[in-house]
Amino acid sequence: MIKVISPGFYTSVQDLGRFGYGDMGVPCSGVLDSHSAQLANQIIGNNKNDSLLEITLSKCVLKFEKQIIICISGANLSAKINDNIVELNKPIQVAEKDILSFGKPVLGVRAYLAVKGGIQTPKVFGSRSFYQSITEQFRIKKNDCLPFLELKGDKSIKNASVKFDESHFTDMNLLVYPGPEYDLLKHEQKNQLKKLVFTISNDNSRMGYRLEGLIENELPFMLTSAVLPGTVQLTPSGKLIVLMRDCQVTGGYPRVLQLSEQAINRLAQKSTGDKIQFRFEHLDW
Amino acid sequence: MGTFKLTYKRYGKNAILIEWPKKIDKNILDDVIFFKNKVIQNYTKQIVDVINTYNSLTIIYNNTINIVYDNILDLKSLYGQEISQKKVKNYRWEIPVCYDYKFGLDLGELGLKNNLTLREIISLHSSQIYTVYFIGFLPGFLYLGGLDKKLHIPRKANPRLRIERGSVAIGGSQTGIYPSMSASGWHIIGNSPISFFDIEFKDPCFAKSGDEIQFIPIDLDEHFQIESQVAKGFYELKKSEI
Repeated sequence: MIKVISPGFYTSVQDLGRFGYGDMGVPCSGVLDSHSAQLANQIIGNNKNDSLLEITLSKCVLKFEKQIIICISGANLSAKINDNIVELNKPIQVAEKDILSFGKPVLGVRAYLAVKGGIQTPKVFGSRSFYQSITEQFRIKKNDCLPFLELKGDKSIKNASVKFDESHFTDMNLLVYPGPEYDLLKHEQKNQLKKLVFTISNDNSRMGYRLEGLIENELPFMLTSAVLPGTVQLTPSGKLIVLMRDCQVTGGYPRVLQLSEQAINRLAQKSTGDKIQFRFEHLDW
Repeated sequence: MGTFKLTYKRYGKNAILIEWPKKIDKNILDDVIFFKNKVIQNYTKQIVDVINTYNSLTIIYNNTINIVYDNILDLKSLYGQEISQKKVKNYRWEIPVCYDYKFGLDLGELGLKNNLTLREIISLHSSQIYTVYFIGFLPGFLYLGGLDKKLHIPRKANPRLRIERGSVAIGGSQTGIYPSMSASGWHIIGNSPISFFDIEFKDPCFAKSGDEIQFIPIDLDEHFQIESQVAKGFYELKKSEI
């Protein structure tokens, strides 16, 4: 068990998401930065879809009630076990009663804590990802107990650590493809999308990121259609919304861009005030 | 079926978007659903989700689509094929709604702005048969077509931050029921005590695209009774095959 001493700013259980229920209006959810999350799982020999904790920003404090091997990847949130700094991207043996705490964000905003065998909160529709109205709760609370498997057998840890490419956090460029309504934009608006540097507004969450910066919008009214994580919508006010993993399955604003998987992961590590710029990648046809 | 001119678009690295003419129309919906069922029957392994809306179908694949042209060609030929498919049954569901001022926070405003009495609002809203076009926005939120023009009212200038589960509302030319607590810019005219999304059920959302909805007016007592039956798990919705 992991006992939650303090949930911190926003901490939830996530795996790679919930698929196949879109036509009942059920969002995919899942880890915002799937690159970091999969790495954390991989380093301790978990399956890539095992569920882990997504810890946003800071102040999360957890207590381990059993010894277990863990790995923290993604953002550097100054994690400590008791009083010792935890190395990221490396298997760590924690002992019974060890306290893991997260402090000041140094690089990135979302850290992933994988435990050997995965966190065992209930599966709903094939996934343990928290989502309001699907799972019992949407974020962890003080005093929650998160179960993990007690593993028998080999408890030795391999000493390998992985070098993490820092550009994942620092590069402002996001790789995008044209969205379904991109071709309805005028030449001038397409240029704006390519050249402008956008700032992430304070309205950013697991559902979506609103960007500061205006694009002239003269697009005709469209009928509600499917949206995906990574879809960039152009709102009537001219502001852009980048949808993230908890986004609804349908939407009514023109879908001008589609982020690549890598871009979704990178955006997930950015927060209010950070700058981004779209870099276009050509897709077949 | 298979008679419209469709547009195929690549949507990111692992989805294809298929579009019908831009209209809210029952014939288009029937064709969208017919094609959706063909796709589901023919591609069970490669796809993770098929989402339809009024005039579109989005097919989300497991993996990056490498040979997109081949996929599109396959889909195009599948659309044209006259293959038999299992007849999917559609139902008309009777949804109890209490149009009491206790729940209908905006009944007064709607009456004033559209010059209708409470009785007229209830009659206009509950006499229509609505088509379920698709489900989106929230788990179990039904997009319904067929609201009477006399009930159309622009969305509220200031959305409410929190409305109750089961709220029945009108926004613009649409009407719908909120399956869970939500923010809403629509006008709230009543409440339905039934559950529109329940993970305990084999079919968490009873309705699907192509089904029909009829609202049945109930009073406060009936609302209370149905609510407690739903909570105990033995309320059964009335339905008839269409």
